[in-house]
Amino acid sequence: MAKQELLGLNGNEASAYATKQVNPDVVAAYPITPQTIIVERFSEYVADGLVDTEFVAVESEHSAMSCSVGASAAGARAFTATAANGLALMWEILYIASSLRLPIVMAVANRALSGPINIHNDHSDAMGARDSGWIQIFCENAQEVYDASITAWRIAEHPRVQLPVMVCMDGFTISHTMENVMTLPDDAVKKFVGEREFIRVEGHMGEAELRLDPEAPLTMGPLDLQDFYFEHKIHQVDAMDDALEAIKDVDEEWAKVSGRGYGYAEPYLMGDAEVAVIGMGSAMGTVRHVVDELRQEGVNAGMVKLRLFRPFPAAELKKAVGRVPMLGVMEKCISFGAPASPLMEEIMTAYYHDKEKPMMANYVVGLGGRDVSPAMIREIYGSLLKNRKAGKVSKPMSYIGVRGD
Amino acid sequence: MSKARTWKELPKGAVSYRSSRDYKTGDWGVDAPRIDQAKCVKCNLCHMLCPEGCIAVREDGSPEPDLDYCKGCGICAKECPVKAIEMVRK
Ligand code: SF4
Ligand code: SF4
Repeated sequence: MAKQELLGLNGNEASAYATKQVNPDVVAAYPITPQTIIVERFSEYVADGLVDTEFVAVESEHSAMSCSVGASAAGARAFTATAANGLALMWEILYIASSLRLPIVMAVANRALSGPINIHNDHSDAMGARDSGWIQIFCENAQEVYDASITAWRIAEHPRVQLPVMVCMDGFTISHTMENVMTLPDDAVKKFVGEREFIRVEGHMGEAELRLDPEAPLTMGPLDLQDFYFEHKIHQVDAMDDALEAIKDVDEEWAKVSGRGYGYAEPYLMGDAEVAVIGMGSAMGTVRHVVDELRQEGVNAGMVKLRLFRPFPAAELKKAVGRVPMLGVMEKCISFGAPASPLMEEIMTAYYHDKEKPMMANYVVGLGGRDVSPAMIREIYGSLLKNRKAGKVSKPMSYIGVRGD
Repeated sequence: MSKARTWKELPKGAVSYRSSRDYKTGDWGVDAPRIDQAKCVKCNLCHMLCPEGCIAVREDGSPEPDLDYCKGCGICAKECPVKAIEMVRK
């Protein structure tokens, strides 16, 4: 295992530092709170000559993603970062990046979508992009951001995957909070990420690497109508399925190098849990703290932290949840007019065909950066215990921490 | 078209595995140009302005549309200075 150095970094700096070590060919980005520090730090690395990267200061996020698509199609490693409305402005190009199978890596400092305008954390931005064909990893702290910002390249470029990856961190809570981060030496990171791998495809002039090269020309992004579009969408379905295997391999390899291994869904004190909360992101650290308190008070509480949202790791999630009878799904997103919030819908769908499944209730928290306090999490466990006792879910959807019932 | 490939047989990234020459777009159009070679003054404007690039120029300078790729837009007929091109139903 490589010798590591402990640095004080916030989530944004961890992302920028890891990206410096990866030394991508192109970074095209536009500043937006709470992601700005990533781009600021990275542009300093460029100015100081610490990276070989071509830094493109674009005029919008639409251009940032378009530039990343062009660079990645030309064979470059392309990185960008955004948040909230910036991600929304990238929308149409997100789909193009994934359908052209371009292994772009993007940091997303999750922030509430306007309006009304708000710069603080929730997951409405990334959840809106959940159908765009990108892999989505949600980090709990700056250490996870550092690790994911390196492994993301290997996942994206894996020959069976070839898909773009979003590394999501909670805006401010992670992006602006300084933490201890263990970092690997540059050469260990360099060795781990290696060179970008290309798959070979059959083009109109014969077989070629999937990238733009005048010596071996390919047509990328042609008109794709009724006769082929559907098949190409199945390619993306297939790649997401394969990604579930590939991400595991990459994470295992990273664990060997760094000593830090991650599961897709990490259980905490689930063995004998009567009630449990599942969720993603920084709030899961607070949930773990509350679980410890509840255990001391004699409550059999547990939790599951979900780290991967796309592809959705249904099997690992069920394994982590185990036989807990009452599960609360806590999330920082609303799908207006939907029967439940996105994560709840995914989990319920994953369980639908199973005979044995927990009772489930949905708890929306922290919209627009509202603090998710231990007291609120206790309120969720209280509600779960009540449901557990009654043997039924009295309120399938609750908004925790909002004024008024 | 030959037997359509399944998704497993198609190249990833929606890359075209055949040349655009194989894609006969001529059947998209309703009308096609008919050139009156007697009227034509061989100015080659139609050759240059055809958005499909499907009007070739023969040795003697006269224009020859390839209807396999003509989309029937009528630009050639509109632009011909001596009105030598008439659009007719395909
Ligand atoms: S009709 Fe349009 S496409 Fe056809 S030959 Fe004339 S200019 Fe070209
Ligand atoms: S534009 Fe008319 S005159 Fe000129 S080459 Fe074409 S058909 Fe002949």
